[in-house]
Amino acid sequence: MKKPSAGALLLGLVPFAAMCFSVPLWDRIYPMLFGIPFNLFWLISWIVLTTICMWAAYRVETAQKKKARETR
Amino acid sequence: MSPAAVSLAMIFAIVAIGVAIGFLAGVHRKMDLEQWTVGGRGFGVVLVFLLMAGEVYTTFAFLGASGWAYSRGGPTLYVLAYLTLAYVVSFFILPQIWELGRRHGMQTESDFFSVQYRNKYLAGFVCLVGIVSYIPYLQLQLTGVGIIVSIASFDGIGRTPAMAIAVVLLVAFVFASGVRAVAWVSVVKDALMVLAAISIGIGIPLIHFGGIGPMFAALAHSRPSHLTMPGATANLGHRWYVSTVLLTSLGFYMWPHSFAAAFTAKSADTLRRNAVVMPLYTLTLAFIFFAGFAAVLIVPGLPNGDLALLTVVRMSFPPWFLGVIGGAGALTAMVPASIFILSAATLFAKNLYRPVFAPTMTDDQVAKLARATVVVLGVISFCLAVFGSTTLVSLLLTGYAGVTQFFPGVVLGLYWKRVTMPAVFASMIAGVMAAVFLMLSHRDPVFGLSAGFLALCLNFSITVFVTLATPALRMDLIHAQQDTK
Repeated sequence: MKKPSAGALLLGLVPFAAMCFSVPLWDRIYPMLFGIPFNLFWLISWIVLTTICMWAAYRVETAQKKKARETR
Repeated sequence: MSPAAVSLAMIFAIVAIGVAIGFLAGVHRKMDLEQWTVGGRGFGVVLVFLLMAGEVYTTFAFLGASGWAYSRGGPTLYVLAYLTLAYVVSFFILPQIWELGRRHGMQTESDFFSVQYRNKYLAGFVCLVGIVSYIPYLQLQLTGVGIIVSIASFDGIGRTPAMAIAVVLLVAFVFASGVRAVAWVSVVKDALMVLAAISIGIGIPLIHFGGIGPMFAALAHSRPSHLTMPGATANLGHRWYVSTVLLTSLGFYMWPHSFAAAFTAKSADTLRRNAVVMPLYTLTLAFIFFAGFAAVLIVPGLPNGDLALLTVVRMSFPPWFLGVIGGAGALTAMVPASIFILSAATLFAKNLYRPVFAPTMTDDQVAKLARATVVVLGVISFCLAVFGSTTLVSLLLTGYAGVTQFFPGVVLGLYWKRVTMPAVFASMIAGVMAAVFLMLSHRDPVFGLSAGFLALCLNFSITVFVTLATPALRMDLIHAQQDTK
């Protein structure tokens, strides 16, 4: 069975670092952005950014699959 | 008509439309076991997406998340993180699970364990833990319906009769139509839910404060500590946040219904693409948070935070709109509840009772047993909902503490060839027992960490330790040998 590539795994770790492990860095009210407390704003932005990260991971995976097929 | 009659009529109309769609989806199909539980395996990409998405927004998201925003404050933000990160996890495990599922004809999570580790007792144990974990999740949905109906009736109908009506409707609904109905009703449910979330998330701050910005400014001025962690709690700080986000995002696809939904996909690639798009679905929840935070200033001092959202809606909008929100909320409880009760009943009859106790049962007898189990589970969760008094979020976290214990067995089974059956079985038992002990003795959180997460860590380390301490069994060679036979 095919394992996910290291590149895709790294891209998957980015949202975990941003939304989970780094919580002490962004869990505050100020600066408020668009009238929303900073922590809430941070998480909402990362919902969108996570989709971008996973799209990149998807590209990495499909590119590798293609390469594997060509070398075969 | 009195305001209560208007809002109740609206709720019943919406639920009736939903149920009617469900019944229509089930008509003209012969209901054998296969059709009833996996829709005859004929679901296209769209129906699979609807089924998966239909499971995401439950009463937990609607009343529970806003309830915690109201009563706990900052810690509730974990919900936004965990739902998003769960899809990230899915990107790395679901395609591989799908691949194995196709090769071995798996239908359930328990099949995965029985194929991967070749032990029917381990597979049976997975079923048992899965079924027991569903009970608090079902209790959560019924409690939600009770809250919705009693608030919409302006406290005219008590919570217990409301829940009794809900459980009868639920069982009738599942009996009549199975999984196909659920997928179709979730179309109605999700459309209403998104509409409801956005209109109350923008509307409530606008009506009472003149906008979302002024609302947060007022809250940051009068209750600054409410907006960050640990908010209004003593022990739900950053350590709790990290451990709970890990527990729930890793556990999300360990729920048997979510795990099994992967098998219905057309290809592994579909699941990867699904993982890219699904995080955006979490954005709706932000609006529900706006409403929950607004409630802190509008209706302070409610006895139970889970009442906050609808109490504010009742104050801010006309009764018919309260009915629309209540109807959306009621469907939001009933659709996932039918999925859970269906998955749990099927697991019990097909993957636990038949293989372990009665190998000679026919498919027809299994279907009958599954239906009887639906009723039993409905009654159990109804009783718990009537007598229980915990918040909706706590109920969900209890369920997660159970199902996340499957994670080491699934992930190591996929990626570590050396892992052995005794290691997985022993550590899963240890993990479940640790979670049960910590939860029942009210030690959650322990040392500032989520109890379920601590049990998961114990589980993981025992799996690794026992595997390394026992001679290599090379499960992959055993599989290869058995496959060639």
